[in-house]
Amino acid sequence: MEVHPLLQVQELTKDFGGLRALDRISFTLNQGESLGIIGPNGSGKTTLVNVITGFLRPTGGRVRFRGRTISGMGPHRIARLGLGRTFQMARPFYHLPAYKNLVIPLFSPRVRRLAGGRYGDRDAVAIDLLEEVGFERDSFVPFKPASVLPHGYLKRLELARALAIRPELLILDELFSGLSMAEVSSTVPIIEHLQAQGITLIMIEHRLRELFRIVDRVIVLNFGRKIAEGTPAEVMESEDVKKAYLGSE
Amino acid sequence: MILLGMGIFLAPPYWKKVLVNTAIFGILALSWDLLVCTGLVSLGQALFFGVGAYIAGTLNHYWGWPWWVTLPTATVAGGLLCAGILAPVLRLRGIYFAMVTLVLPLMLVRIIEATKILGGTEGLSGLQTFPSSWVELVLSLAAFFAVLFGFRRLMGTDYGLVLQGIRDNDRSVLSSGINIHWFKAQALFIAGATGAFAGAFMTHTYMFVGMPVFALDYSILPIAAAVVGGMGTLAGPAVGAFILIPLSEVLRALGALRIVIYGLFLVVFIVALPEGLFPYLSRKYHQFERWVEVE
Repeated sequence: MEVHPLLQVQELTKDFGGLRALDRISFTLNQGESLGIIGPNGSGKTTLVNVITGFLRPTGGRVRFRGRTISGMGPHRIARLGLGRTFQMARPFYHLPAYKNLVIPLFSPRVRRLAGGRYGDRDAVAIDLLEEVGFERDSFVPFKPASVLPHGYLKRLELARALAIRPELLILDELFSGLSMAEVSSTVPIIEHLQAQGITLIMIEHRLRELFRIVDRVIVLNFGRKIAEGTPAEVMESEDVKKAYLGSE
Repeated sequence: MILLGMGIFLAPPYWKKVLVNTAIFGILALSWDLLVCTGLVSLGQALFFGVGAYIAGTLNHYWGWPWWVTLPTATVAGGLLCAGILAPVLRLRGIYFAMVTLVLPLMLVRIIEATKILGGTEGLSGLQTFPSSWVELVLSLAAFFAVLFGFRRLMGTDYGLVLQGIRDNDRSVLSSGINIHWFKAQALFIAGATGAFAGAFMTHTYMFVGMPVFALDYSILPIAAAVVGGMGTLAGPAVGAFILIPLSEVLRALGALRIVIYGLFLVVFIVALPEGLFPYLSRKYHQFERWVEVE
């Protein structure tokens, strides 16, 4: 049997009217790898995530997950295959306690399938998940309504929400944005722990220093094109990348 | 509570009828509010009401089915039919969904008028009614409270949380692998069945079903009740219906001015208490200090 890479993105293109947001992007990602996607604002990073996860339909090209074409499927079907994502803007269910926020993803058919047809006690699973992402159970943080939680906790709640469906591939869209230095350095070990569990990662990030500690490989986008790919050190040496970030001349 | 019960028993037949009406409209308002909890704003609750009314009327008129068969049949079939009719537009959000629901009952009326099916403009009359006004009253109130507490309990379950999650952030629910369209269809079925029950009940109460069941009144009243009582709380629209329907009966003596005063009342409510009566009262209740038993 042929062994497929976990994710194959082939010549992916997305047009918004006359604007080409993604221009023939291709890359592959193997099981257990961690990939960073960087690029200036408006370079198409979030569009790329939205196309991969089915929230947008590609204009051309395709995406395969474990060798199966997933481009064109609805977002909920892609998620069921094991592709989890976080959103850049954390918009939790504010009126609910933090752990009740996770009851909704724990209702996913994928969770039932992985548990052998049973859902189990969703509240208990939710609280465990929150503890994993650093909600202190002893000070009752998981039981506080999401509306009173500070931004750093909301970001981690968003991470826990994506983890609740037990993804094989996790796409983190600017998880670190808006976090303080202290919050970032406490979140990095959580992500490293996920890597140790064998979860494949795609991280979109502006905080390059932290990103480069985590990922093995980086893709650089600019105006919807992939302008560089390689290890963090290789990419930062590239002339094109310097131009994109610092401007030409 | 006992006094209220006594009052009901001693009430003249006219006010008993008003109470039945109130319960029916309360059920319809609850069905509207369930959709709101799922993020679907309907301007056409008359669709559910009318479909249920016509199913019950048709079954009773043409086949002579008794009311205790037509009521459950109209409830289930009405729910299925409404969910089926609206399934293609479930992907629409907000105002677009609302516009489609507004148009559908108006279209159905014209279809019945043009094709003269189901009694055409005359409607179907002489339908079977309940054995006594007591059965009618008890049944309508029981149904109203069953729907009210049933829905409130449903919204507290994990299933209900998913429905509310779709309202608050549908992308987040989608990315959890949950098919929001399927859940919305289920909510439509529940709301449709509830609305259809109200319509079917009304058919047997008045022994008549005709084109007015698709009238705009049945679309607007649930919304008005929800505005007065507080949207998305389920208890709110129930309270609202119990204020608005008796009020409109009291105002009946004023003739044409009735609508003006009724309208003013609504405007005052929207301006002075936009959150609605129920959220306001429950907020005030929690502001008072009181002893709470702690285990």
